[in-house]
Amino acid sequence: MIAEAGHYALVLALALALIQSIVPLIGARLNDAALMNVARSTALAQLLFVGASFIALVTLHVNSDFSVANVYENSHSMKPLIYKITGVWGNHEGSMLLWVSILALFGGLVAAFGNNLPLSLRAHVLAVQAWIASAFYLFILMTSNPFLRIANPPIEGRDLNPVLQDIGLAVHPPMLYLGYVGFSISFSFAIAALLEGRIDAAWARWVRPWTLVAWIFLTLGIAMGSYWAYYELGWGGWWFWDPVENASLMPWLAGTALLHSALVMEKRNALKVWTILLSILTFSLSLLGTFLVRSGVITSVHAFATDPTRGVFILLILCLFIGGSLSLFAGRATSLKQGGLFAPISREGALVLNNLLLSVACAVVLFGTLYPLAMEALDLKISVGAPFYNLTFAPLFALLLLAVPFGPMMAWKRGDLLGVTQRLLAAGVAGLVAVAIVWGWVSGGSTLAPLAIGLGIFVIAGAVTDIVERTGLVRLPFATVLHRARGLPRSAWGTAFAHAGLGVALIGIVCETTWNSEYIATMKQNDVAHVAGYDLKLDGLFSRQGPNFREMIAEFNVSRDGEAISVMTPSKRSFTTRGSSTTEAALLSRGASQLYVSLGDATAEGAIAVRIYHKPLVLMIWWGPVLMAFGGMLSLSDRRLRVGAPKPARAKQRLQPAE
Amino acid sequence: MTLWFVFALMTVAAIFAVLWPLGRGARAENQGSEVAVYKDQLAEIERDLAAGLIAAPEAEAARVEISRRLLAAAASEPVSEPKSSLRWRRAAAVLALVGLPLVAIGVYMPLGSPLLRDFPLAQRERGSGSGMAQSLENLVVQVEQHLEKNPTDGRGWNVLAPVLERLGRFDDAVRAYRSSITYNGESAERRADLGEAIAAAANGVVTAEAKTEFERAQALNADDPKANYFLGLAAEQDGRKDDAANIWRALLAKAPADAPWRPLVQTSLARVGGGGATMPALSDETIAASKDMNAGDRNAMVRGMVERLATRLKQNGDDVEGWLRLVRAYLVMGDRDKAVGASSDARQAVANDAARLKQLNEGLKTLGLDG
Repeated sequence: MIAEAGHYALVLALALALIQSIVPLIGARLNDAALMNVARSTALAQLLFVGASFIALVTLHVNSDFSVANVYENSHSMKPLIYKITGVWGNHEGSMLLWVSILALFGGLVAAFGNNLPLSLRAHVLAVQAWIASAFYLFILMTSNPFLRIANPPIEGRDLNPVLQDIGLAVHPPMLYLGYVGFSISFSFAIAALLEGRIDAAWARWVRPWTLVAWIFLTLGIAMGSYWAYYELGWGGWWFWDPVENASLMPWLAGTALLHSALVMEKRNALKVWTILLSILTFSLSLLGTFLVRSGVITSVHAFATDPTRGVFILLILCLFIGGSLSLFAGRATSLKQGGLFAPISREGALVLNNLLLSVACAVVLFGTLYPLAMEALDLKISVGAPFYNLTFAPLFALLLLAVPFGPMMAWKRGDLLGVTQRLLAAGVAGLVAVAIVWGWVSGGSTLAPLAIGLGIFVIAGAVTDIVERTGLVRLPFATVLHRARGLPRSAWGTAFAHAGLGVALIGIVCETTWNSEYIATMKQNDVAHVAGYDLKLDGLFSRQGPNFREMIAEFNVSRDGEAISVMTPSKRSFTTRGSSTTEAALLSRGASQLYVSLGDATAEGAIAVRIYHKPLVLMIWWGPVLMAFGGMLSLSDRRLRVGAPKPARAKQRLQPAE
Repeated sequence: MTLWFVFALMTVAAIFAVLWPLGRGARAENQGSEVAVYKDQLAEIERDLAAGLIAAPEAEAARVEISRRLLAAAASEPVSEPKSSLRWRRAAAVLALVGLPLVAIGVYMPLGSPLLRDFPLAQRERGSGSGMAQSLENLVVQVEQHLEKNPTDGRGWNVLAPVLERLGRFDDAVRAYRSSITYNGESAERRADLGEAIAAAANGVVTAEAKTEFERAQALNADDPKANYFLGLAAEQDGRKDDAANIWRALLAKAPADAPWRPLVQTSLARVGGGGATMPALSDETIAASKDMNAGDRNAMVRGMVERLATRLKQNGDDVEGWLRLVRAYLVMGDRDKAVGASSDARQAVANDAARLKQLNEGLKTLGLDG
């Protein structure tokens, strides 16, 4: 009954979405409040039904109900509870259900908290959301239904792909989807503005928090995915430029650009058309990502199943939405009124430069992702990897980072580049000193590495300078500084943290790629490996029985200069049901650096292949994004950005954003 | 019945979600506007000024600009007089009351299985298996789970392996036999059983891997019937018919008169043409079945078998032996055209594999079908 009720709830959600995509639009045309308000109640009911459907699927997985094909194919009765739950979205059907659940969640949030939106704008936004939802409900029901049943249920399931049996699966996909799908809100707002033919500064004010939420989740989702790949795949790599990663990076780049251009629009009423276009492009790239990952065009751990009908269906959705929205844009964009003039040297100018660089970087990634696929269609196998991106993406980003500290310090409308440069002198000097120190201190590695580290320091110092300037830390008495720091809008702090995060991540990336050291060998008991000043002694190999796997554990005693530090226990797990195995790398963090041990195959003589890496400052790669997301959250918590809590005492007729 | 009741309740809830706002009159709705945003921005400037973040002249300039926009927005604010169009509201209500259930039923009925009960693990373990096959599989799963936890239990592997083989899970059977050998020690029987499972997993082809196992078994016990039989089969499949005949003849000579596998070996021997009396190349059961048939039926049966072989090869063309058997069958049936057709199909199927192609060409040559 749970299975069928969940199935039916999903069907009802489709029916509600269909109504939600038509009735509110008619209402907006007729200016009928009741019809427009249908959008709100149906969006909430949709959330209720999709939520019920999702919970039903989770329950089925937890109960190991193998009469449901999806559970049978991806679960196992002996799997630990947490993986029974996360396994729900560890497969194609379930992950699509999560996708629409999150879509419904965002729609429900707009419906529930969109009180301060003009009625017709809200109706339009929710109708556009319902178009997307309908398309994906149909996709799920027709091609990837998670509720299909097996008449004679098998006794045991086929288990989840062992690589996915990790805590990362609990965090990475939901985060990433919150990001991907969150951009659907700005997309819907953009389409709504085009349909209404009206766009103003207020529009950007409403869009920005939603974009920011999506961006925060996407940032964390990508970082999490990268860290997961780093520790689970056993090669110590954290970014491979493979199409699936690019698929998440592209919306991030476009989303970052959108975030900044929405700022210009909100503050200065400029760049309206560009912001609309970016909103459309960002979500289109999210859809493209979904297509690349879910259609089986590319094979990776993310492409759970390949089925041509699915690919064609998603391609259809893709063409419909991207093509439709872009043609609407082409037809309507000219009718939107432009506004807000500014000099090239100004905060607006800096943000335009930011947008320009981010868009070009995004285009480069798009090219690098699609070109090999197009070539493959012509039976030519080429792969576009790190060398390509080092030549194209890296210089663009270096340029962008160079400009980052200047942006927040420019004045709106017309800025003073010379003045800003003078104020950034200290940061520049800090960067140069860092270059000199690194140059003198280390030997070997790329000559560009010290320069890149200097750039990272410059970005961080620039962010600090901005805060120092605003609080007057050097010039004013301390009490005043504290007062001013408290009075500083939280979005300013957010900007500083997010920008500093960029520098932190850059330093981590450069250090890891330039100075990591590795040791690959076959080790026997009591063998000692020397890596980057650490001694790792193999104490022995043990076997252990896990809930649904057997694992072979190697125990290493780590010491440095004869002083014991810790014990590391990498392991290899073999899963009988799927007949496959995973490597569980052992990580030892020392400050921001890590020792990384992963196991290869055991030989007959009781020796084992071992890969040991020392990765200097590797953790900074992920601290950076976490810092960025923290900055985003600070900015989001800024009261002036909030969507607006009503103050009924003062305004009877109209709810005003919080003051 | 409960299920339909739940469905009905859910449908009513969904319809209600559409009808609810329609039923509520056109009350003056609270809604946000541009003006509010600009007022907010003005206040922000005051605050920045008070905190000393911007200078007075800048603040003044910004204030002027925002005020200008505020005035423009206030002037252009649409004086929205919410209208109510009863006709359209009724249409929406009808859409909800009729369209929504129709869409829901129309989509659900072809996809759902409302008659199937849930079948969670807890219920399954209470032993509600249906019929013999179910409980056998249940037992196998239990033994497998036991062995997963105690992989050194040799007896368990011994019991499990033949059952797996009978269930057609040859790959698992191979693994089970291997474990059995590891934990119970070697014996001719176990080696031969392992070889048989490997051959079964390869669709009856005695692969090099399987052959190695039979040779090991033979080394342990030169008279092991299973090992000898399969070594003969390997020779036959390699095209060394005389060797096969010799092996099988020797096997029969040593075999006790009442050995249950005697007929099988005799049939095989006849197939390679070493049995003196010509025996049809069919298994005992098939022969028994065909005894009661008239000539026409027998022909039909043979044709049916040939067709099955042909379809199998169409799906999986790697099996050179199979192709040769098919060509031979067509020749025997006097259908030379089909034989030629099959041999060209076979060449196409294995064209990418030089070794197989060579084997195929040699085989075809012996059948008198050249090039």
